[in-house]
Amino acid sequence: MDKAEVRKLSAEFLGRVYSLPHGKKINDCLQCGTCSASCPTSSAMEYSPREIIAALRAGMLDRVLLSNTVWFCTSCYSCTVRCPAGIPLTDVMYELKRLGVKRGFYKPHDTTAAMAHAFVNSVNQHGRNHEPELVRNYYLHTKPFKILGQIPLACRLWQRGRIALRAHNIKNLGGLRKMMAAIEESEGK
Amino acid sequence: MSAPRKRTCSYFPGCSLMATNRAYDISCRSVARTLGLELAELDDWNCCGATAYIAINEKQSFVLSARNLALAEAQSAPPHPTLSPPGRGQGEGGHELIVICNGCYVTLHKAEKYLAEDASLRQQVQGALRAGGMDYRNSVHVRHFLDVMVRDVGEEEIRRRVKQPLSGWKVAPYPGCQIGRPFGEIDDPEFPTLLDRLLTWLGAEVVPFGLKAKCCGGMMMTTQPAVGRNLSGKILTTAKDAGAEYVATACPLCHINLEAYQNDISAALGADCHISVLYFTQLMGLAFGLDAKELALADNLTPLTLPSPQGGEGGVRGAALAETRG
Repeated sequence: MDKAEVRKLSAEFLGRVYSLPHGKKINDCLQCGTCSASCPTSSAMEYSPREIIAALRAGMLDRVLLSNTVWFCTSCYSCTVRCPAGIPLTDVMYELKRLGVKRGFYKPHDTTAAMAHAFVNSVNQHGRNHEPELVRNYYLHTKPFKILGQIPLACRLWQRGRIALRAHNIKNLGGLRKMMAAIEESEGK
Repeated sequence: MSAPRKRTCSYFPGCSLMATNRAYDISCRSVARTLGLELAELDDWNCCGATAYIAINEKQSFVLSARNLALAEAQSAPPHPTLSPPGRGQGEGGHELIVICNGCYVTLHKAEKYLAEDASLRQQVQGALRAGGMDYRNSVHVRHFLDVMVRDVGEEEIRRRVKQPLSGWKVAPYPGCQIGRPFGEIDDPEFPTLLDRLLTWLGAEVVPFGLKAKCCGGMMMTTQPAVGRNLSGKILTTAKDAGAEYVATACPLCHINLEAYQNDISAALGADCHISVLYFTQLMGLAFGLDAKELALADNLTPLTLPSPQGGEGGVRGAALAETRG
């Protein structure tokens, strides 16, 4: 990405973050690193939460979106409750996930992103998440042969009656779909 | 002693409680019934709008949450003024929606707050609801079942219901990361204590456990197993090091992460991570003398044995345990 494109990307990102409750506080980041030290998965991230804001300021947001960082956020809100500047970092992470998906940074090997997509598909289809379908579709789209490794656990759950074969569709699925279409339309305006 | 106070509340079980984690739903309903609390399942509820959905489409996630809140508004009667605790932040009209899954709780509660605070979001979401023939007037307050147990039912009533105190049960309370966060409204975001208090009332010995609000890894147990095993493993080993023989959970995702992968986690960490994992509602039911079926104890993947110093297996609980082994 050239510098002009990254600037555009950063501007789009900041515009969306500013619209979040307390989103403008992102400008108050003092680079103390409390977020990175609090994050349970930062040791496995290519860029820690503190470095995301450093990268944004340095005009390198594209590098963050190309890294594994944002999809390693589990939404535990530890950074959010500890940030001395009051930055809603978990919401910032969500914003980065959505921006990455929208702008095509999402890659098939981002396994947690694949899981999120499978989840959304299941909910859109039934109104609720159907777990066996979620797990099956997740593995089919990421690492199909690894699904074999899930068989022993599936058997243990099956023996206890903990697997529902049939998905439950909510009664007013049509109404829900109208609502979902309406909000998309209002977003587009 | 007075007869049990009848109180009916809207109840949102959530997707994972339909099959995979149905023991949480079953034991929750049994415990509520014992306490005279009628849980009326929200008719035609949908996905709460979960974390995985927010990561892809925030506004649609708000619509999913708001549809559930609108259903609760339409279906529930306002609680009787003398039966609801005064001064608790109920919205206008005072409808309450009881949620038991931590993931659903944080999502629905956050939607409740954001819809109340952000007028343009509210307008946009209301427009979408109307397109599907529904309306929402911001009157629903989302409550976690654990909060209802500790704050509304309270110590006196719970102690009174205990028939078989969990004496000698060394329990690590693990309410999980999302119950007190991000707002810290019902419990401390860093060091939650609701579950500790409840377990103490049941007669259990609560071990000092520093990781009670640390993330279990969530979905990463499936998507990034190395990271997930490490996080859940730390929780299990810390609980065992503190002397716990049981882990009490309050979230279906934490529960399955902690119960289903103990062999893999033990191999990955090179430490024995095997420990009995129970929902806090199952522990409540055991103390109340409910039977194994009412608590779906046979659903658990970890074996449930009586605490080591006390060998006796008599009484209702002994029978309950025998049933789970059969």
